[in-house]
Amino acid sequence: MTISRTTTPTTGGGSMKRTRRWQTALHYLILTVVALFFFLPVYYLIVGSFRPSRQVLSGLSGFVPTNLSLDNYVGVFEHLNSDATGYFSQFAVVSIVVTTVVVAGSLIVNSMAAYSFARMKWRGKKVLFLLVIILTIIPFEAVALPLYYMFSGQRDTIVIQAIPFIANAFSIFLFYTFFLDVPGEIEEAARLDGAGPFRTFFQVIIPITKPAFATVAILTFLAQWGSYLWPVLMVSDATVRPLPLAISIFQNQQPPEWGQVLAFGTMFIVPVLAVFLIFQRWFVASISSSAIKG
Amino acid sequence: MTTQIQPIQRAPIAPRPRPRSKAGLSGHKYAGPLFASPALIGLAIFLVAPFVLAVVLSFYRVQLNSPRPARFIGFEQYTRLFTDPDLSAAFGHALLNNFTFAVIVVPVQTVLALGLAVLVNRKLRGMVIFRTFIFMPLVFPLALTAVIWRLIYSRGDEGLLNAILGFFSGGALSSQDWLGSPSTALGSIIVMSIWQSVSFQMIIVLAALQSVPTELYEAASLDRANKWQQFMNVTVPGIRNTLIFVALITTIFSFRLFDQVYLLSRSGSVDRGSTETVMTQIINTGFDNNNVGQAAAMTVIFMVIITVIAIIQRAAVRQRGGV
Repeated sequence: MTISRTTTPTTGGGSMKRTRRWQTALHYLILTVVALFFFLPVYYLIVGSFRPSRQVLSGLSGFVPTNLSLDNYVGVFEHLNSDATGYFSQFAVVSIVVTTVVVAGSLIVNSMAAYSFARMKWRGKKVLFLLVIILTIIPFEAVALPLYYMFSGQRDTIVIQAIPFIANAFSIFLFYTFFLDVPGEIEEAARLDGAGPFRTFFQVIIPITKPAFATVAILTFLAQWGSYLWPVLMVSDATVRPLPLAISIFQNQQPPEWGQVLAFGTMFIVPVLAVFLIFQRWFVASISSSAIKG
Repeated sequence: MTTQIQPIQRAPIAPRPRPRSKAGLSGHKYAGPLFASPALIGLAIFLVAPFVLAVVLSFYRVQLNSPRPARFIGFEQYTRLFTDPDLSAAFGHALLNNFTFAVIVVPVQTVLALGLAVLVNRKLRGMVIFRTFIFMPLVFPLALTAVIWRLIYSRGDEGLLNAILGFFSGGALSSQDWLGSPSTALGSIIVMSIWQSVSFQMIIVLAALQSVPTELYEAASLDRANKWQQFMNVTVPGIRNTLIFVALITTIFSFRLFDQVYLLSRSGSVDRGSTETVMTQIINTGFDNNNVGQAAAMTVIFMVIITVIAIIQRAAVRQRGGV
């Protein structure tokens, strides 16, 4: 208290304090309005999933948590009950498998390439790395259609849903920037211990660059979990349908059962939301580092 | 203690590799390409090859699984795209929609990202909770976002947005068919897109805000600059490059616009003409109508646009390096 008093001018301290309090109140007010804008759709999704389907679309009362039940969740599973409609658990398994393969694969493959570009000496490295940098500007959308043309024979397989997304130029670049910061003495010490390049990388480098792996894992996960364009082109069989495509078909059923659609959506997002709430700091850090490095 | 332990730990490891060190050396020679090759092969097959194929296909009249062989037609796909009234009107419209989307979203979203970042950058009690709420849409897939907002935008009085607006205006605002009417459809897509992605940009701006040296603010307040002057003369110049970066990635996002629009148009709940984008046209033409050659030409044009934006981005960043 005494310290703060000596640093702030004493004249007019009272009125300044009052304006500051007003400013803080205003700040909280704006924060609340903003937070509501971002949170209300999430709230609507979750509350609506527990309300009778007919009451989901009923004006402002759609917000009121009354008549809550698990009926919609039961309904989703009853509705999706044959090979023609697909099963919710099947959609979830497809999404989980594809996403896991892509995230795990991209962590291994892209980090190895980045390590090679950042720390090893070999002929042709510079040209190839420049090429990788140029490739970072090509979005998947630009190659989706020709890729579909190339692999139309592999439609409706799990493998083709995952494989194209494992190698990723931007992930290589992100890893690269992290690996550049690794002090050379560490590799030198590993080499003196007799470790070859593989052991150096997997046992020495990876443990000290975990933030890089967390960053790439989170960014890859977010992109892959919501991937929609590629399944639109490659999947027509319900047994290999991932969740984003599944919800786009499920929301189209006639007559509409909005409560069930929201229950589907809730099951789609709540696991991810839970992970996000636990690891929020990591999510934020990975996004900001993706920009600073890029 | 440690000096005693270390030799013991090293002992079993050290002698083993030494005889191998020669083999290890020759292994080194190939280790570089070996490490890089899985990713490079993946990029070659799934990025470079289809990219080249798009250019090739754009010179052909070609369909998938068609008995008729592909026929080389030179630049006809391109000329038709811009002169054939059947095609050029729709394609021009899609391009225009993308541009309109970009012209609105880029400034709005960049300013919003900055405003939000400033808003949550103050140390206040409970800020963690506010931040969590604002960050939440980040993890929402666009397909799910579109489904939720489709309900929010529902026409009639039972639609959520209509109900909210009706409530706050005391019934003065009549209910709209937000997605179905040509005048509001693109705007509605814009709002849901901003909802989903602005926190991404905001996090980037926030990181930049926190990297502006505090001494600059101290110096400014010694010069009796007020909060607004500090903001305009210290903050904004300090994060100028980040703002440029954010504006440009948002521009590229604007041209990649697909998921929300395609999902909603498939369910017939959005006005098509005013929301069709280059990407939805590519998929409609090449996938739904199996006109692969035509869609390939559109893909090439799409890629040219993206490249131009990316070059502008590089140039802008380089410029800051010089200054």
